Amino acid sequence: MAGLSLELIALQLFAGLALGAIYVLFAIGLSLIFGMLTVVNFAHGAFYMVGAYVGLYILMLGGNFWICLIAVPLAVGLFGLLVERFLIRPLYGRGIDYPLLLTFGLSYVMVELVRIAFGKTGYPFDTPEILQGAVNIGVGYFPLYRLFVIGATAAVLLALWLFLERTSFGLIIRAGARDPQIVRVLGVDVSRVWLIVFGIGTAIAAFAGLLAAPLQGVIPEMGGTILAEAFVVTVVGGMGSIGGAVLAGLLVGVVVSMTSLFAPEMAKVSIFALMAVVLIVRPQGFFGRAGLMS
Amino acid sequence: MSEDGAGKTKYNVIQGSKAMTRNVTKSGRISRRRLLTTVSAGAALAAWPFRINLLQAQEAPIKIGFPVPLTGPYGTEAQDQVRAAQLAIAQFNDAGGLNGRKAELVVRDDKLNPGEAATRTLELVEKEKVNFVVGSLSAAVQLAINNVTKERGIIFNSISQSDAINEAADFSKYTFHEAMNPHLTSGAVGRYAFSKFGKKVAFLTADYAYGHEMVRGFLEVGKKFNIENLGDVRHPIGTSDFSTLLPRLQALKPDILCIINFGRDQQIALRQATDFGVKKTIQIIAPLLSHASRVAAGPQAFEGVVGGCSFYWGIEDKFASTKAFNDAFRKMYDGKVPTDYGALGYGGVRTVLAGVKNAGSVDTDKVIAAMEALKYDFYKGPQYYRKCDHQSVQSVLVIQSKSKDMKNEADVFEVISTDEPNEANLRSCEALGHKA
Repeated sequence: MAGLSLELIALQLFAGLALGAIYVLFAIGLSLIFGMLTVVNFAHGAFYMVGAYVGLYILMLGGNFWICLIAVPLAVGLFGLLVERFLIRPLYGRGIDYPLLLTFGLSYVMVELVRIAFGKTGYPFDTPEILQGAVNIGVGYFPLYRLFVIGATAAVLLALWLFLERTSFGLIIRAGARDPQIVRVLGVDVSRVWLIVFGIGTAIAAFAGLLAAPLQGVIPEMGGTILAEAFVVTVVGGMGSIGGAVLAGLLVGVVVSMTSLFAPEMAKVSIFALMAVVLIVRPQGFFGRAGLMS
Repeated sequence: MSEDGAGKTKYNVIQGSKAMTRNVTKSGRISRRRLLTTVSAGAALAAWPFRINLLQAQEAPIKIGFPVPLTGPYGTEAQDQVRAAQLAIAQFNDAGGLNGRKAELVVRDDKLNPGEAATRTLELVEKEKVNFVVGSLSAAVQLAINNVTKERGIIFNSISQSDAINEAADFSKYTFHEAMNPHLTSGAVGRYAFSKFGKKVAFLTADYAYGHEMVRGFLEVGKKFNIENLGDVRHPIGTSDFSTLLPRLQALKPDILCIINFGRDQQIALRQATDFGVKKTIQIIAPLLSHASRVAAGPQAFEGVVGGCSFYWGIEDKFASTKAFNDAFRKMYDGKVPTDYGALGYGGVRTVLAGVKNAGSVDTDKVIAAMEALKYDFYKGPQYYRKCDHQSVQSVLVIQSKSKDMKNEADVFEVISTDEPNEANLRSCEALGHKA
């Protein structure tokens, strides 16, 4: 094909970073929950989907997108708290596969409930008016809404970093992830810490689902494909490492984008090829701690 | 839907023995051993195959197997197929069936997967003992179904696009094709678009039989218009992000971007192409625009896109059959109108049942002969099955998606051109490898 220019490559690189930002947002909640709780949350995709549907519901009630940005993570995060308290908590200390199977089943229940409530067919989800259209970014036109998603991802990351690194509660969370027993001996209620971490993780998943809705519409199965991609990012970045998830998400985006440019048929496979290569060279991922799963 | 007489009987038998158990336990006279014997005798009776045969001989319904991808990216359209097919069944039964013998639809989810479809079809034939198979919604999956039905000598009426199914290698006398085929569809859309929007064409294509056959069709009709093919970017089925493919296509600077995919892929591709500002300088066309997808994606995404379809409810002003079909559908489904793929589900089942009625029997060869002889107008104007490949010769509508002046939520397309039914628009029987 003709038309391969330096500008196109630059635009493609940018498209890859933008896509990477979306991957980061998908993966970050998953990584947070795994890193702190050692729970492999297979319902992550379902929380993501529920986020989009809660947004849809708020719009149906007459709300707008900006209200959704606040209300969706709060509502779904609250739901996440209930899930942790009543479903996940009884399984702590029983091996990694217990919560894995539970969340796997939970995801089916959630998808089926949404199908019953909203039907099996999808819904449109309009981009908020002021974020519609494409803008010139110097090397070509790029959708304004995707730039907004990059900004929103950066904001979530910054807030998360400040919370974990700069607050005393964040310090407790990190300590709890390192050695829950000592933290407990020091008189901290570790179960409360885990409850809140799970809530934050699901809130971020819902936030990601809401942001994805204007990109692809809303359908009960929308969490399925995302989950696979989020896992790849988490594994490549190192299970449980937030910094690793950011780096890996951006890298996966760029790899997909560059493969799309030269061999679009291979784009989907390239994600998994990258994971295979990383796992061969560095089995624990970029910033993962070895032996976390054992 | 698949609940048959045998299943109900079994239920009764077990209920019976349960009731007996209760009485017995109360009086306390019968031992545990006796109880077990009773239950197992009941179970054995229920499972006895001869009883089922007896039942079927009495008044077995005419069963039509209906494998469609209820889950997955084409689910929305597949559910429409089922709804309208149920209407055809209901109409046949209300009209007295075949001398009182009723028809029944046995729906299965093929999950848009050829292996799954073959297994489900085999199950429909072996376990459900269906008389006919109608269905599928994929150029690739229907060939898997066809392989099973032609081997088993069962009529299969495909209601989804495919070129290969007409060709001698895949065709058999049991194979009918109610849907349009890619050659016919791309011909109609191509003739319209290439004469109006320009000659430089780029393609964004779903990487499977449907996409490949459509591209071939567009390039074929494009020869007459001297179009220039700038490139064909392919994506797998079930792609949720096209942002890395669109800049490349825009850089090619085509007059026309032909987006060849279906269901949720089409919804997302058109939505993201709109976001990327593709429509500012490029006319987007699609071989098929699906009504259900247009509703699911909203007017913004489809705005201005030109494509083909086999049916649009709006032609009811033109054909009495369309009006009758729409009205019956509205009555059955709270005022909703049928969609393109819904109409195919209806047409596919209705033609088979018309064949049954005309033949006066469910005998395969007699029904084949009756279907070959049909000149029908059931929902979109006159149609008939061409003798050599059983392809339904039919009109093709070229439509454009509306974004304003819509009267109601079903008012989504405007018919801008119609190709009347004409065998000349199909590939010739010789070209398909059939002996004249």
